[in-house]
Amino acid sequence: MAKPTAREVLLNPLFNNNPIALQILGICSALAVTSNLNTALVMSIALTLVTGFSSMFVSMIRNQIPSSIRMIVQVVIIASLVIVVDQILKAFAFGLAKQLSVFVGLIITNCIVMGRAEGFAMQNPPGLSFLDGIGNGLGYSAVLIAVGFVRELFGAGKLFGVTVLPAVTDGGWYQPNGLLLLPPSAFFLIGFLIWGLRAWKTRQVEHTEFKMAPQTHKEAY
Amino acid sequence: MEHYISLFVRTVFIENMALAFFLGMCTFIAISKKVETAISLGATVVVVQTIAVPLNNLVYHTFLAEGALAWAGLPEVDLSFIGLLSFIGIIAATVQILEMLLDRYVPALYHALGVFLPLITVHCAIMGGVLFMVERDYTFGESVVYGVGSGFSWALAIALLAAIREKLKYSDVPAGLQGLGITFITIGLMSLGFMSFSGVQL
Repeated sequence: MAKPTAREVLLNPLFNNNPIALQILGICSALAVTSNLNTALVMSIALTLVTGFSSMFVSMIRNQIPSSIRMIVQVVIIASLVIVVDQILKAFAFGLAKQLSVFVGLIITNCIVMGRAEGFAMQNPPGLSFLDGIGNGLGYSAVLIAVGFVRELFGAGKLFGVTVLPAVTDGGWYQPNGLLLLPPSAFFLIGFLIWGLRAWKTRQVEHTEFKMAPQTHKEAY
Repeated sequence: MEHYISLFVRTVFIENMALAFFLGMCTFIAISKKVETAISLGATVVVVQTIAVPLNNLVYHTFLAEGALAWAGLPEVDLSFIGLLSFIGIIAATVQILEMLLDRYVPALYHALGVFLPLITVHCAIMGGVLFMVERDYTFGESVVYGVGSGFSWALAIALLAAIREKLKYSDVPAGLQGLGITFITIGLMSLGFMSFSGVQL
């Protein structure tokens, strides 16, 4: 196997191997925080940092971890990092921390972090693992911010809490689409996002188990 | 009693773990292709959730919460910052012990659940349930009901999704939406359906 280069490791997860759209990882805590851009951005930064550093630390001690307890070791490292993030948020951005509620804590069980620690950091040197973690974090952030952008812009007519499309209720002209602020819309948006991504990168399309029989034409009855 | 019943109904339908809070999505999507496996995974989650939430509630209120160590003569100690670490530790330990107990005493059930049990440690719905329990300050009684209810809500959702997906594989889906894409949209529609419960007041 060719040695992965730093560039590949950092940029591949963005579109070619996106953790959410292709690997089905880390959707758990992703959707509930995307109803506005602020929380989506904070969540993205938090997750990217945690993934990067946990991959680096796991990789640093990868030769010392006995394989039977490696999960526990990884979880402890991740949990410690998440505690740091959680405490920083509570100290400097209390309002945001309240909005994110349990979802900061849920970074611990976010499959991306575990998945990268287990799948990449255990075999690769610290520097590369750090970049891989950051890259996957960015792939996650890209989806989160795209969804957050659409939901806040069309759902409330705002971006980062600043009014962009003045809503009818405030004397403007834009009729906000309330559905976009509700949970189901996140699923639709990600579904369409995956559709778009796969229409662009056709290699990612999944194969069907069953094919429709071709329609047969009968010319004349 | 009435309070507990209304909490249960609210947890299962209105605050459905999978469809309202998106917790446990990874396994929710990955392991919902067959109804049988979905149901056994759901059952595992119910069992673990029922044990883990009340257990964490006990630990949190005896050791970690602000002023909880008063019984040890340390009334001003606040260990709640270490909560995340101890919750995940307790969940991991619960899963491990449950696995050993089942293997020893109920091997049939162990083999049915076998593959899923270790995965449950990093299951967002369990961790989410525990964190919600702490955030909402449930008492021990409430935490038992909440544990059962939230586990059940997740199991219900995955069984329903698996049933839909079993039918869905015979339908003609556009190429790019195949698999993951259409699953997301299905979950979105289910979630929309479950939102109709949100008007229910108990």
